[in-house]
Amino acid sequence: MAGDSVRLSKNLLRMKFMQRGLDAETKKQLEEDEKRIISDEHWYLDLPELKAKENLIIEEKSLVPCEDLLYGRISFKGFNPEVEKLMATLNPKNEAEEEEEEEERRMQTDVTDEEMALRYESLVGTLKKKFAKKRERAALDGDDVNQNVAEKTSKKAFLKPQD
Amino acid sequence: MFSVLKERVGDVLLPGDEFCCGPQETLSLTDSGKPERLVAGPGIRQSGDRLLVSRSGVLRHKEPNKFWIESQQRRYVPAKGETVIGIVTAKSGDVFKVDFGGSEQASLSYLAFEGATKRNRPNVQVGDLVFAQFVVANKDMEPELVCIDGSGRANGMGVFGAGGLLIKVSLGLVRRLLAPHSDLRADLEKLFPCELVVGMNGRVWVRAASVQQTLIVANLLQSCDTMTPSQRQQLFKRVQQGGL
Repeated sequence: MAGDSVRLSKNLLRMKFMQRGLDAETKKQLEEDEKRIISDEHWYLDLPELKAKENLIIEEKSLVPCEDLLYGRISFKGFNPEVEKLMATLNPKNEAEEEEEEEERRMQTDVTDEEMALRYESLVGTLKKKFAKKRERAALDGDDVNQNVAEKTSKKAFLKPQD
Repeated sequence: MFSVLKERVGDVLLPGDEFCCGPQETLSLTDSGKPERLVAGPGIRQSGDRLLVSRSGVLRHKEPNKFWIESQQRRYVPAKGETVIGIVTAKSGDVFKVDFGGSEQASLSYLAFEGATKRNRPNVQVGDLVFAQFVVANKDMEPELVCIDGSGRANGMGVFGAGGLLIKVSLGLVRRLLAPHSDLRADLEKLFPCELVVGMNGRVWVRAASVQQTLIVANLLQSCDTMTPSQRQQLFKRVQQGGL
């Protein structure tokens, strides 16, 4: 037949309604063609790849951090107490001084376990009193009072009315 | 890179000297994976892969990775974060113009004082001295000063200067005054009660109990720039004994 000589054009074959009748091979070929066209039309800049290099050099314009310079206000022998206070807070302290201070702080804050136990020993009674109810508190107050309480309870007992 | 720089520590370098970091050095994978950063202080400038020296002086190094050029100079170049003594030269609208001895005048906003608001302007007159720090300082822009720190506190900055004397000294002397273990400061401390305000721009303001003492301290500071430590100590001793 003339089927071989009269071929349908590619554009016609690509149309949606023609897709149904196509066999697998021509379909694949068409897809490939399409891909090639797309990739050919894709254009790009002919440049070397830009690499984001990590900058390992930091520039520092000031000498102050380099030489550990102190703050610019100085007062000698208590001439200006405000400035002396500033000097103490703003200037980094000497290492030796700092260590000393650290030691002091540790000495101040540290409480040995025995000290703590001793302190709490005396507190046990008072704390118990705090959480006790009113009636119990009276009982806790002392042993001699206890006897009174006993009397009181007997007083409060139900008295049978006499005939 | 480090090794190249470390070899030259203590040497005198001139503008134009350069350090190259070879590719094999930047790609060293032998030591711990974290690349080491290098801090190029004043006098050293980065240019591509090289480090250029832009100031003549001695190369100094501080652990772990700081390198800078120590030089003697009298011209002050502002750097961000440095504190200077400035003189208010003009009031224009909402900024003051402040002369700090650099190539250009700095601007100082009237809001950059402690406790200043739009309604409550600080009392600053033309001619006043201010102790302020730079927030903007680069070669392309007008430098900008503030008299507060990051949290809005003055911390000793602001207008000052009643009853004192302002003198100009070299930048090297200023650094010697403010160095952590300064002999000069220790010597001064022995003299008599006095107060100094030291700006990184080479201006020093001195005040003592009397005008005479103020003048003595000012003269001592100006003269001891070029003295050896022994000469200085001799002079200070004479002053202490009332010889001058």
